[in-house]
Amino acid sequence: MFRIRCPYCGERDQIEFGYGGEAHIARPREPEAISDAQWADYVFMRTNTKGLFAERWVHSAGCRRWFNALRDTATDRFVATYVIGEAPPLPVTQGADDGAPVEEDAEAAADLAGGGRP
Amino acid sequence: MTRYSLWSLLREGFRGHTGWGPVWREAEPKPAYDAVIIGGGGHGCATAYYLAKEHGLTNIAIVEKGWLGGGNAARNTTIIRSNYLYDASAAIYDHAMQLWKGLGRELNFNIMMSHRGVLNLAHDDNEMRQLKRRVEANRLNGVEAEWLDAKQVAEYCPIINMSPASRYPVIGATLQRSGGVNRHDAVVWAYARAAHELGVDIIQNCEVTGLKIEAGRITGLETSRGTIRTPKVASVVAGHTSVIGAMAGLRLPIESHPLQALVSEPIKPVNPCVVMSNAVHAYCSQSDKGELVIGAGIDAHLSYTQRGAFPVIEEEIAAVLELFPIFSRLKLMRHWGGIVDICPDASPIISKTPVKGFYLNGGWGTGGWKATPASGHALADLVARDEPNAIAAPYTLERFTTGKLVAEHGAAAVAH
Repeated sequence: MFRIRCPYCGERDQIEFGYGGEAHIARPREPEAISDAQWADYVFMRTNTKGLFAERWVHSAGCRRWFNALRDTATDRFVATYVIGEAPPLPVTQGADDGAPVEEDAEAAADLAGGGRP
Repeated sequence: MTRYSLWSLLREGFRGHTGWGPVWREAEPKPAYDAVIIGGGGHGCATAYYLAKEHGLTNIAIVEKGWLGGGNAARNTTIIRSNYLYDASAAIYDHAMQLWKGLGRELNFNIMMSHRGVLNLAHDDNEMRQLKRRVEANRLNGVEAEWLDAKQVAEYCPIINMSPASRYPVIGATLQRSGGVNRHDAVVWAYARAAHELGVDIIQNCEVTGLKIEAGRITGLETSRGTIRTPKVASVVAGHTSVIGAMAGLRLPIESHPLQALVSEPIKPVNPCVVMSNAVHAYCSQSDKGELVIGAGIDAHLSYTQRGAFPVIEEEIAAVLELFPIFSRLKLMRHWGGIVDICPDASPIISKTPVKGFYLNGGWGTGGWKATPASGHALADLVARDEPNAIAAPYTLERFTTGKLVAEHGAAAVAH
């Protein structure tokens, strides 16, 4: 079982957390303007990295806030957790068609994270 | 190769079992093949067998990074059934069911196929309506299925907790009498032996490290045991489809999760069938050795570690004891995890890819074992003819762009 460091509450048992899958996938700003293939990429395609992976967790049984984590999926070792809206502390390749990291909508991300910093 | 029969068993019995030869021989990788299959599990060995037998492609190889049948083939709970909702699923899973029925005889190998019946329990009116709908859909597709009321469930499997006072009372169940279990390593070895006899090279400890692609066409693969030239590569890996796909530059609609299973200490025969409960969330059968084989849902997080978290086990055990209070004093013997590649619609991918000559068979999620013969059969057809047959056609990669999904979450053993 994992111990996960919530950026707001500190280290807790995994059972307190919910999982949100791959991080840094930005919803297309103009869905009507993109191709079916691009929409499929946003909705369905996932990097599913074996190795260093940025993902979302929510501290369901604690502060109930979402945050991101960097974890090695080949070993389950957590490298870092960080606040929504921040760039990953180490470079990861995921989240978009061309493999380049997607820039997050900082304002929406701040809303999602419930505003404020730890 | 020795043909197994009563006579061969008697003969070897009289001479102290000194005459049994190897079931198959390990091969050194040749510089080139007509086709290479990545993955020496059930699906991979079945693919090789049908390629050789039905399409005459015998200059082919299976490359396996570990040992034969050591991945998800060795980690699943071996449950066989074909009671899925949609036409596309009925076609492939029931094709598998028909092949399972004759497979031991066809491959001259005891795969310990036991058609002991599979119960899917209903615990409330809504679940009952959904399951009855599935029975009717199955019948329309020629898939054997029937509805049992609570009394009939108690007769079919007397050890289920039928108390109306329980938290999730059993009010009925679907039964597929032809469903059951078989022996995982026997299936893999049976296919490997038959494929080997037809000339297929089986290469273990040979990990694929890269794919060679020129002008949008596959030309070979890089492995831990050297380069192999080939115009056709079929990826039949469980738990690493995205990793192999990335070598071809593909992004796939797959997420890889741990799925845990466990077995109890062996006891005398007590559970006569396979019992699955979506609402209470577990499934259980008894192996021929007497161990209870128990499975449940996936771990929520992505991982390639072949292990999961303890709370999932705790829920799994709680669910099994809710269904079978008589198991409460049993000890658990073993517990393990496998990595399952899950597609968003809970159906597999058997497909051509944008890279010519590179084929994908994966994303079987939590229930690929039951499909093994049909999966190999359909993929062999695709690799040989470069066109999907009617069974494989719905399982393309394109369905995630066109939206023509085969959404089978409702027919999974438990909700994942």
